[in-house]
Amino acid sequence: MLEFRKDLFAAERDDNLNIVGKGAQRQDMPGHVTGRSPFFDDHAFEGLLHLKVVRSPHHHARIRAIDTTAAERAPGVKRILRGADVPLNKNTLLSLINFGKDDEPTLAVSKVAYKGEPVVAIIAETEQQALAARALVRVDYEVLPHVFDVEEALKPGAPIVNETYPNNYFEYHDRYDHSKLRFGDVDRAFATADFIVDDRYQMSPIEHAPTETNGSIAAPEQNDRFVVHSCAQGLFFSLGTAAKILKLESNRLHFVGGTVGGGFGGKVDSLTEPLSILGAMMTGQPVRYVLDREEEMLYGSPRGAERIYIKDGIMRDGRIVARRIRSYFDAGAYTRLSSYAAIKCTAHLPGPYTIPNVSADIYVAYTNRCPSTAMRGFGITAVDFALEVHMDKGAEACGMDPMEFRILNAYRDDDMKAHRRVAKNTALIECVQVVAEKAGWPLSDEARRQSSLTGGGGARALIPATPIDDNGRIGRPETRTGPATETLPAGTMRIPMTKQPIMEGSAEARPTPAAVPQYEPYRPTPASTAPAYQPMPAAPPPAMPAPPAATAPPPAAAPAPAQPTQHGAVRFSSVFGTRRR
Amino acid sequence: MAKIPVQFRLNGSDRAAFVGPADNLLTLLRRGLNDFGPKYGCGQGTCGTCTVLVDGDLQLSCLTLAATCEGKHVETVSGMAEGPVLHPLQQAFMDHFAAQCGFCTPGMLTAAKALLAANPNPTRAEVIDGISGNICRCTGYDAIIEAILAAARGGQATRAY
Repeated sequence: MLEFRKDLFAAERDDNLNIVGKGAQRQDMPGHVTGRSPFFDDHAFEGLLHLKVVRSPHHHARIRAIDTTAAERAPGVKRILRGADVPLNKNTLLSLINFGKDDEPTLAVSKVAYKGEPVVAIIAETEQQALAARALVRVDYEVLPHVFDVEEALKPGAPIVNETYPNNYFEYHDRYDHSKLRFGDVDRAFATADFIVDDRYQMSPIEHAPTETNGSIAAPEQNDRFVVHSCAQGLFFSLGTAAKILKLESNRLHFVGGTVGGGFGGKVDSLTEPLSILGAMMTGQPVRYVLDREEEMLYGSPRGAERIYIKDGIMRDGRIVARRIRSYFDAGAYTRLSSYAAIKCTAHLPGPYTIPNVSADIYVAYTNRCPSTAMRGFGITAVDFALEVHMDKGAEACGMDPMEFRILNAYRDDDMKAHRRVAKNTALIECVQVVAEKAGWPLSDEARRQSSLTGGGGARALIPATPIDDNGRIGRPETRTGPATETLPAGTMRIPMTKQPIMEGSAEARPTPAAVPQYEPYRPTPASTAPAYQPMPAAPPPAMPAPPAATAPPPAAAPAPAQPTQHGAVRFSSVFGTRRR
Repeated sequence: MAKIPVQFRLNGSDRAAFVGPADNLLTLLRRGLNDFGPKYGCGQGTCGTCTVLVDGDLQLSCLTLAATCEGKHVETVSGMAEGPVLHPLQQAFMDHFAAQCGFCTPGMLTAAKALLAANPNPTRAEVIDGISGNICRCTGYDAIIEAILAAARGGQATRAY
């Protein structure tokens, strides 16, 4: 049951609203309860043909030959599609916003990189005939060594999963082998910390398992157009993808959809639309391509697994002074949306806490697994799991109550976040307070008095001096030995310079790379200017904690800290903060 | 292979079709008779979204041979409303926000209808048991259970929120 806590942040909210906060009937509900909601498969067509796909039985193999002669003669078969029939047989989803290189074929031609990769499509008059013909296709494979582990994949000599990215990592802006975050000096902070808490977290891939499996029906329309009934979660995203792969003007595609039988992120990949449209183009008849449940479970892209290493430096009084994160996002064999997930992950670090020294390296690694995709907060949820388990371990290490430990380290409005944006609309403190109250968990009076609205900013809004390390460029020996990939000169970048990331190693983007700037540690001082918050007594009585000394400026040689920056993630709206209302 | 003639009642109307000996009822309903109420979810009898009533008994239409429905009465969600007047269960599902994506809803409603026909005043535990063969992947079970209980009480809707 919902409970509105309108006592919290009341001043920031306008409650004079007509719909928000009130019950209202959904417009699609009558269709749902009468069975009339038009899901993609709920459309009748005269002469409907059925498409089934021959999939790779191997994790990694070269295709020596494909023999479809027996399948072509099978009863009911109307057409067989091979890679050569696909007008543009290489695509990456985010190419529609100029992000990443085309790396995934619609139908594999020379090799397969994961078990279940589509190789041949059979179109027949009935599903049974398509399935029977599928069994007659002969593919001669030369099995290749495969790699399943993200860190193994990044080692020299690992099997090359995806020829477009021969080092098995996604290449950011054609230059960087990972996405990174640097804020302050973690190494020096670790040296001064009282406790170090270090651990490794490993997620599993997760299948969305929507009740409606992925699928689409495409049919020739008048005026040389094609109507496409689709379950796509992003209908125009799917239309753009299909138009690109089929080299069609997008106005020749008439996508109908929006009624999705559960998606959860698993219906953004356009897994079926390009082939069903191509089938309709080739046969002149309506073509239906629906994954069966086995295909959905085994080959519908999952949430990607992540491996996350976290190291925290914690003071005796419970303050986290440094956090280092190294994360590997398992893209599977092709990119799909993993590159975006890793950006979200980087932008999210170090979680909803104000930590003065943060360092993160986030890799997208290719393995011979089913390509992974979007799922409910992908890029965020897994790292949040790791961070919050780590918070509990940190609380244990310094002998603090875990709720108090979170309130103590929580970010507050106007704090500077590690990616150099000012925190707004913070609410972690209030969330912890309400959770503690609901759970009957005792909090100290001090912790109950804390608020996200006060105590932030000031010295907590300063950007610390940040030493630069130079790893992360593609092909650099200290990050990965092996053949360097192509490095485009600055003038040939697809991404304009204004969108360039300010990242270590990007010589063009750095303002003034001076000598290694001096680090001013985040150290409790006897001053009692801002929230002199005392955690619960579990911790040894600390010196009065206070924010970093604003009075100690970095040496003159240090670069101007608050240089406004734009980084690569700027194009994604989900990393923008907007004012809470 | 020879086709088999089959005649049965579908939501009160007489229907006839020729089916293959291995054709299932779900395919016949959807692709043969254009009743898109029952859905394909798994094709192996585990998700319940193809649930129909055959002579009043709950059946998974994906596991029911079409030819075995000869002379029987098949009811699907498409026949639940009386013209524009919703069945009390349908109304309760609307009032209680008991559908999210709507894909499991036809099966849920059919299972609930069978439950209330056999047991007009079920306990909460009996409702849970009654829809235990139906998966809602949006995990909206609580609203569905509340809706079925409300329909059993005579439809006095207490809005969930």
